[in-house]
Amino acid sequence: MSDNNQNTNFTNQEFKVVGSRPERPDGIDKVTGRALYGADTYAPGQLVGAILRSPHAHAKIKSIDTSKAEKLKGVKAVLTSKDLPDLVGGAGPNYDILVNCMARDRALYDGHAVAAVAAIDENTARKALKLIKVDYKILPHVTDVDEARKPNAPIVQPGTRTANVEPAPTKDSNIAARNQFGHGDVDEGFKQADVIIEKTYKTEQTHQGYIEPHACLASVGPDGSGELWVTTQGHYTFRTVCSTLLGLDIAKLKVTSSEIGGGFGGKTHVWMEPVALGLSRKANRPVKVVMSREEVFRASGPTASTSMDIKIGATRDGRITAATADLRYQGGPFPGMWGLLGAMTSFACYNLPNVKTVAWDILVNRPKVAAYRAPSAPMAAFGVESTMDLVADAIGMSPVDFRMLNAAREGTRASYGPTYGPIGILPTLEAVKNHPHMTAPLGPNQGRGMACGFWFNFGGQTATDLNISTDGTVNLTIGTVDVGGSRASMSLIAAEELGISYDEIKCNIGDTNSLGHNDTTEGSRGTFSSGMATIFAARQAIDVMRERAAQKWEIPVEEVEWKDGEAHAVGVHHSNLIPLSLKEIAKASPRTGGPIAGHNETVADNAGVSFASHICDVEVDPETGSTRVIRYTVVQDAGKAIHPQYVEGQFQGAAAQGIGWALNEEYIYGEDGRLQNAGFLDYRIPVCSDLPFIDTKILEIPNPDHPYGVRGVGETSIVPPLAAIGSAVSNAVGVRMDHVPMSPPRIRAALKAQAASEKAVSAG
Amino acid sequence: MRYEAPTTTKEAANLLAKAKGKAFVLAGGTDLLVRMKAGMLEPDLVVDIKRIPATRKVTKTASGFTIGASVSGAELGENKAVKKAWPGVVEATELIGSDQVQGRCTMVGNLCNASPAADSVPAMIAAGAKAAIVGPKGKRSVAVEKIVTGPGKTSLKKGEMIESISLPKGGAKIGDAYLRFIPRTEMDIAVCSAAVCLELGAKNVIKKATVVLGAVAPTAVTVPAAAKAIIGTKLDDDALDALAAACEAACNPIDDKRGTIEFRTEVAAVLARRAAKIAFERAGGK
Repeated sequence: MSDNNQNTNFTNQEFKVVGSRPERPDGIDKVTGRALYGADTYAPGQLVGAILRSPHAHAKIKSIDTSKAEKLKGVKAVLTSKDLPDLVGGAGPNYDILVNCMARDRALYDGHAVAAVAAIDENTARKALKLIKVDYKILPHVTDVDEARKPNAPIVQPGTRTANVEPAPTKDSNIAARNQFGHGDVDEGFKQADVIIEKTYKTEQTHQGYIEPHACLASVGPDGSGELWVTTQGHYTFRTVCSTLLGLDIAKLKVTSSEIGGGFGGKTHVWMEPVALGLSRKANRPVKVVMSREEVFRASGPTASTSMDIKIGATRDGRITAATADLRYQGGPFPGMWGLLGAMTSFACYNLPNVKTVAWDILVNRPKVAAYRAPSAPMAAFGVESTMDLVADAIGMSPVDFRMLNAAREGTRASYGPTYGPIGILPTLEAVKNHPHMTAPLGPNQGRGMACGFWFNFGGQTATDLNISTDGTVNLTIGTVDVGGSRASMSLIAAEELGISYDEIKCNIGDTNSLGHNDTTEGSRGTFSSGMATIFAARQAIDVMRERAAQKWEIPVEEVEWKDGEAHAVGVHHSNLIPLSLKEIAKASPRTGGPIAGHNETVADNAGVSFASHICDVEVDPETGSTRVIRYTVVQDAGKAIHPQYVEGQFQGAAAQGIGWALNEEYIYGEDGRLQNAGFLDYRIPVCSDLPFIDTKILEIPNPDHPYGVRGVGETSIVPPLAAIGSAVSNAVGVRMDHVPMSPPRIRAALKAQAASEKAVSAG
Repeated sequence: MRYEAPTTTKEAANLLAKAKGKAFVLAGGTDLLVRMKAGMLEPDLVVDIKRIPATRKVTKTASGFTIGASVSGAELGENKAVKKAWPGVVEATELIGSDQVQGRCTMVGNLCNASPAADSVPAMIAAGAKAAIVGPKGKRSVAVEKIVTGPGKTSLKKGEMIESISLPKGGAKIGDAYLRFIPRTEMDIAVCSAAVCLELGAKNVIKKATVVLGAVAPTAVTVPAAAKAIIGTKLDDDALDALAAACEAACNPIDDKRGTIEFRTEVAAVLARRAAKIAFERAGGK
């Protein structure tokens, strides 16, 4: 640990600007159209890149004839996997990325790229794609997570042997890995239970649904140096991956992140960017590639569809004695960590003596799964939290009291291993219990549900520069892409440390040539890690300014203190020295030692786990199965909210995505293995009128490992909505939904099945 | 691709008649342009009819209303007289697309696009709307239900286009309503829908009725048995049950990404029941 990470007495910290709500610095540009997104830059001589995609769920590529396309006037390059030779050893995560960017011997899903062209304009590029002849041999496919586990399922990736299983399997399967977490003895625990509920759940595949499609402008010169302008959550990661796949020197590829129109995890991963670079290298011209919405759905990275068995046992007085989860997550045609994350998060909210979670990563013929906001946690939480409600009901306790009794607290051993420090699950539950929403009256066909959620949060590698101009204004350069207003938060932090106003800070996202490596903005790390690095960079700049003041005053630097944006000489014998402001020190800097700057490179450890509890009211139309969310409240622990309005925005956005997932969003595949709804018409994210105003309550249980107590806030609140809505539906119309999304046809079918069984019971 | 913007309907019909290859009429473009951009259609000729004055206006006639083929949904929604006489037709048209789409989309475009899920079509049929067709051989008037023959298919012959839609006068004892089911609250396409138009006689007893379902068959379905079930009644529960049963029997939907056969069938009947109640109330029934 570096001495930067010393504990600060944050609990009694008084902030001057942190915690205020100024307008975001990028706001005006975004609402006036001046902001430059992925598709908004142009280069001289730029070509248009387009990608030919497999219409088959699974097919052997016997041959690709590009000769006619190459001869078409205006076509400058045609690319197949032959132009992207394997430089990564034929296996492993980078090889999977290479295969996903451009199919090699087999197309692994509907939408898998098989060839690409660069041409002088879009019409020519489209024509050229039609001239490429691919000779496919269609292979049997599997798209369902449960079907893929069956012994006779078509094998998606020959050679796959389930990892972490003893003895090692001797046959290929679609089960890529098994992962287990937990402690205690669950068999013994279930023996102590008075009530045991076991239930199977299923969740369908969803997409992050960011409004901006993937887009980039790539340029590679004959000298092997290149530039990539791209919409991404992690330009440093994109640089490393693209350089590795294309055989470029990392330092010679400059990647600049554009403004980003939503990512939610989907832009942590490269899709067509290596192809754009490959086309540019071949054509020796800049190439711009912009995905259509259809391509985004078919060929970027949605989240996993799942099935799971959840079992929870408790005593009559409400103590959980044992809990297990068996989780199946499909990751598309490549192994991932999706099941693993599900197994780690599933019971993280609770203090359990005996717990066991087992996850299976399954391969199917669907797009390569990528992260989606608290990846894998919402599905497991749907099963666990729904079952929690069933247990609470069975023992006659309120869902909130049952959770409070079993909530994890400081010192609890988490189901995934570590022992918790100060955490916020219990305070969020207390806030829910006391919230007026919990006692508001409900109308006919209305019901209320509540549920909890957990997310780890992440810190990671971070580098930040802070430069003070001679007029006293400050350039703060960070390397984490601003996906949720972090430039505002960083400016607040720099202003707080330096003692100047928010408006005097200009926060920039540096390109890969201007800072050391920054991990991708994922795991809700932006404000936590870049915030930490900004604090330390500012403190370093303050040390420089103290030295300049000490030099001017000819006193030891130890006798200079920084307070309210000024250097003060400390002690009675210096009382005649007038404080020197940042502006004065900055103005004098050319003559006192040159530019004043601070910088920080760190691995921001101990991001601080975050918990949320949600309350949801729905109204169900029993005749149509239509469900409307009529009231929604989010309570979440933020550690310390730097910019409370944008923290609330994160809570609301996460809940909105969870509501969409719970009610209508799903990937629908046909018998032919092709995606049926690759567009926003039939992949139904909520529109404005589908959502109530989402109320929020920020709790601040400080993270002891951040100087201000910050925890990540961006992801946790997508975790509870599926179960909160499921329980609300159950309380509204009496059916417990075990399949997400709870679309109108599914709710109607459940209501009919229940009516039929009630009839059978009364007839019997 | 050739683009023409004639100023008379006759000229437009001649262009369409003489066209070689694929010719399309452009009014609002909310279907056509989207398909062209998506690469689903590559027309050889596009005839923009928005400069033809006859297509741009809503006229009150002796027998009712004439609505030009390029009158947008938003414009129709601002016409108080049509809205008063045919609230169901106007509401149905206003459901097409989003606010932005409403500024461009047209009833005739909705009709000629020939989607089984078109919102304005069941409402127009229920109201007894007629289409004024102009072609190389002159003008003819055809009931709206005769226009669509299947998904994406119409009975219009080469060179023919619809200049306007005419609606009857309506009246104090006539009420219409249209309801559709969508999983969202807007920006969607009907999973199933129902339009009901009815006329009350003495003592508020239903004298005439038309019940039309959408998105439950290749074309909008008129259900005479459902109409019969409520004629002679004051829309009591038995009449509504009989209407719903007749509607369910008339459904012939498909299973697809938007809904199952079972769901569409049941919900179409639910919507017909609800639409009948609204229409009854609008006709002055109690």
